[in-house]
Amino acid sequence: MSDAGDIKGRRNQPPMTQSQSQSATGDTGFAKKAKLESLLSGYQRAADAFDELLAADNKVLPHYAMLMGELESFGPTELSRRTDACQRFVHEHGITYNVYGDPRGMERPWQLDPVPFVIAPEEWHALETGLIQRATLLNQILADCYGAQELIRSRWLSPALVFGQPDFLRPCHGIHVPGDTCLHFYAADLSRSPDGRWWVVSDRTQIPTGAGYALANRLVTSRILPEPFRDNHVHRLAGFFLAVKNSLARLSPRQAERARIVMLTPGPHNETYFEQAYLARYLGYMLVEGQDLTVRDNHVFLKTLSGLERVDVILRRVDDDFCDPLELRNDSILGVPGLVEAVRAGNVVMANALGSGLVQSPAFMSFLPGLCRHLLGEELKLPSVATWWCGQKAAREHVLKNLDRLVVKPAFRTHLNIADAERDELRKRIEFDPDLFVAQERVGHSTAPVWQKDTLTPQPVSLRAFLVADGKGGYCVMPGGLARVSPDSGGKFISMQTGGSSKDTWIPSATPVEELTLLHGSGQNVELRRTGNNLPSRLADNFFWLGRYSERADATSRLLRSALLRFNPERTGGALPLLSPLLQTLEMQGQLPGISKKPELWSNAEVFEAELLAAIFNPEREGGLRQTAAHLQRLAMLVRDRTSNDMWRVLSQIDDRLATPRPKQVMLAGDAVGILNQTLLGLAAFHGLARENMTRAQAWRFLDMGLRIERALYLGTLLDATLHSPDAENPSLLEAVLEVVDCSITFRSRYNLLPTVPAVFDLVLLDDKNPRSILFQIKQLVKHFDKLPKERGDTASPGKTILANSLARLERSDARELASASNNWRESELAATIRDTLSALPQLSDAIAASYFAHSAISRTGREGMR
Amino acid sequence: MNYHITHRTLYDYAAPVSVSHHVARLEPRVSGAQTCDRFSLQIFPEPALRKTRTDYFGNQLCFFAIQEIHSKLEIITSSCVTVSPKTSSANESTAPWETVAGMFRDPVSPEVIEPYQFVFDSPHIRASLELAEYARESFAADTPLLAGARDLTRRIFEDFKFDPRATNVATPLEEVWEKRRGVCQDFAHLGIACLRSLGLPARYVSGYLRTRPPEGKPRLVGVDASHAWLSAFCPGTGWVDFDPTNNVQPAEEHIIVAYGRDYGDVSPVAGILTGGGAHEVKVSVDVEPLE
Repeated sequence: MSDAGDIKGRRNQPPMTQSQSQSATGDTGFAKKAKLESLLSGYQRAADAFDELLAADNKVLPHYAMLMGELESFGPTELSRRTDACQRFVHEHGITYNVYGDPRGMERPWQLDPVPFVIAPEEWHALETGLIQRATLLNQILADCYGAQELIRSRWLSPALVFGQPDFLRPCHGIHVPGDTCLHFYAADLSRSPDGRWWVVSDRTQIPTGAGYALANRLVTSRILPEPFRDNHVHRLAGFFLAVKNSLARLSPRQAERARIVMLTPGPHNETYFEQAYLARYLGYMLVEGQDLTVRDNHVFLKTLSGLERVDVILRRVDDDFCDPLELRNDSILGVPGLVEAVRAGNVVMANALGSGLVQSPAFMSFLPGLCRHLLGEELKLPSVATWWCGQKAAREHVLKNLDRLVVKPAFRTHLNIADAERDELRKRIEFDPDLFVAQERVGHSTAPVWQKDTLTPQPVSLRAFLVADGKGGYCVMPGGLARVSPDSGGKFISMQTGGSSKDTWIPSATPVEELTLLHGSGQNVELRRTGNNLPSRLADNFFWLGRYSERADATSRLLRSALLRFNPERTGGALPLLSPLLQTLEMQGQLPGISKKPELWSNAEVFEAELLAAIFNPEREGGLRQTAAHLQRLAMLVRDRTSNDMWRVLSQIDDRLATPRPKQVMLAGDAVGILNQTLLGLAAFHGLARENMTRAQAWRFLDMGLRIERALYLGTLLDATLHSPDAENPSLLEAVLEVVDCSITFRSRYNLLPTVPAVFDLVLLDDKNPRSILFQIKQLVKHFDKLPKERGDTASPGKTILANSLARLERSDARELASASNNWRESELAATIRDTLSALPQLSDAIAASYFAHSAISRTGREGMR
Repeated sequence: MNYHITHRTLYDYAAPVSVSHHVARLEPRVSGAQTCDRFSLQIFPEPALRKTRTDYFGNQLCFFAIQEIHSKLEIITSSCVTVSPKTSSANESTAPWETVAGMFRDPVSPEVIEPYQFVFDSPHIRASLELAEYARESFAADTPLLAGARDLTRRIFEDFKFDPRATNVATPLEEVWEKRRGVCQDFAHLGIACLRSLGLPARYVSGYLRTRPPEGKPRLVGVDASHAWLSAFCPGTGWVDFDPTNNVQPAEEHIIVAYGRDYGDVSPVAGILTGGGAHEVKVSVDVEPLE
């Protein structure tokens, strides 16, 4: 056996050389010494870790000097103010992180420390060279494992590491990848030992996440610390993302035409969904789920409302084995059936290539020095944390001897759960199936200054660096990266999942840096485009329901507000006001379930008021305002890459306001009315943004159709309930109706009379100039339908027929006839018209869904059993 | 021995299917003792796309896609296969199993890299201490490898009851082990898991079994369907098959279609449909001996 897998007895933590820390009284070399002392007065270098800020003599290291000087000149008060601004930015940009297994873990705000992590340019240069070498090496190993397998045959690589690994995807063996590049994106987690050396703690080759968070951190940090950012000549990140775009564009099998590149996401529940939406938008790619794609004729297509559009390159955020339920994991619901065959045929390119998760196994680390010499003819420049793979005898013996000292991990992505295994149990399992285990030295972390409780304290930090293949056989490194901070100073593992924080990473330059932006391709002719008609049908569905729920929230708020205003027990002295049609509408819509069947409520004003408040705030109440707002928030997340930040912010605020817990505080009707007013203003802002800021493309059209259908439904329900009320002609009831539908002012200016049934119904049912009349909604829907993509065949679509009938019915109704109608309103022609319209609307909604949102559920043919 | 084999698979979908993608591994393999003289694969409706290739394990795989709306799918294969009688291997004179297991411990000689792939856990088969213990009864110290494998085959046949209702294609091995019941697929998985638990390479074989007329001899189980058994690797000899469902060492009545690490690598027909809903499958296999 060659020395390929030779086990290094190397220690990654040489004896500590630094002197014990002293209090920061040494000469710092700064003029404003007093202030610096106040920022750093609590900063105690740890005895057993490298400190990024202070040298052994407690002097600020040169590359931090300018930043620290400027922070010092801000002083603690200003720095705290900027920290607040930092948090506000994070909140307003909706930078979030999902935590698995925690029902409240969705959309957790991203943690960002305002003080950047600074790396000296010379040091960064060495890291860069090491990272590029490592990416090149890992790519060559991948290419060999999925091709000739020479490394295995010639014993540079233990076969068990490949054959025994679940991440070795056999169906992907032999697939040709353009430019022999499997690894388009690579990330490495780095940390620094007490002697100041950098070590790779883990390799990310499957789906290297975090580049988007690094970008978000940069956006926020450069805005809260503009002066230091400018003065330090910090290297920009845009160049890296430009390289990403160029690299992916170069992969397209169709070079002559405009390539369509999409980002494939597992969906909004994935932990880094925010990052995916953020990056997709920044890079200008459509964010799609597996169900948005389909394979026809061995090519991948995006399903849009206007038909199928070819996809050339897929930037994937779905694990490779989940990408195709036909040839890879059969139980996957995230993938695209037939994708592997399309990739095999060279009709679509995946980045990273399918199967690239293979070399992410820590077991590879112990082989890298030998493989580097063999494949690249050079020494490995950036060492990995000392790793022993138990598949080899010498390593296994070493591990078993040092079980107490080493960290034992699964070698592969497996079912193994060894977190709580006793030592003897572990020993037994290692001996039975040694291939499945690796052991590593414990990782040391350096410490960097973190702003906490108005002072700077040293906390463990690690760095994730990002690389992209340049398409010419080399790699480009992001100048910076995602620095992560452990929540406690003794932290051994740093993970955002367990509540760490993060930092922007600055590589300062002696001279001003080149500024790049992704938005202007210099000297390129821009192809003018005005279409927006490639909306995936899944998104059309989401926009439609966003429209429906936003209007439902609006209607619910208006009904509850009018009810609460009339329900003031002091004003009515306990007698119930005339509002039963409002309550019936709320009952029909689900906010007050079964209210008409609870007569006992009607005699107790206090209980009744509590019921109304529950319809607003109770999170358990199906159909209540609180749940509607939560639906809105969820839908907003699903269309986040297609809507503006402002729209997102407005909806988040509505949800926040209703969700703010008010434990045991007595909620008064007046308070609730205030919150409803704010909710209505928020919804008005949302609708205003939709109307004034969205292009009249399909997304807006479906949003508006949803809104119109929902509004017509609630107007119809309210008018119907009013006609069926024994008090139908009572002016104070009709006034309440006018108030709910926001027509009081219009009515007064037209009639200057007490409201009557014909006048009110003319305004709210038949006046096509009134944006809150039913006829207005129907006419808007007709206009939308004319602009929708035609369905196959010439036959009128079912939705169109339903609409035409409703329109004809309403237009036949004559206001004068209404006026001459008898007093028996519930038997009138008017009531019948409303009823018919009401029954047509749900059919219309279903027809739209059937025509445009069919996501066509996927099923499997039973794999034929054997007997 | 020459065979003419006809294999029909008919899917009847409850709802129309607009697009479907399938992979089929139905073409008998050409191996040392077996030649495939003629093979045809017919698919109705006619696929829009159809490609044949050799998969990672050397099996013939047909990928096809149907892009017209359909509610039935029929796949018919017809093959003529010649199976030469295998020289009855002298099980008792093979190397002790420990020696063989030792060859598959790192570092492994490049000559046995091909069988080395079949030592590891695979998606449907996990080695365990419990299975190793069960297998050990057939593999006492210095037991010749194939003698041990033959005995293991017998014990699975005796200890486990053939029961088509006990399991389905998705039943995990752990459940088969607990229930002590299953079908050929389960018994093949079990035998493979036992051998791998001892560190020995073993692979899954899918294929067909000749049907014997009932009179005189007992009717062999596994009639009129795809069949499955296992194969153990013996240095010097190569792969040697064992059929735990019927307690036999296949000679010339087993026709090999494909092999892999477990069922997942060789399932005869798999597909993903858009639409379809619930569906029924009718499979008929006819293995006709030609004189």
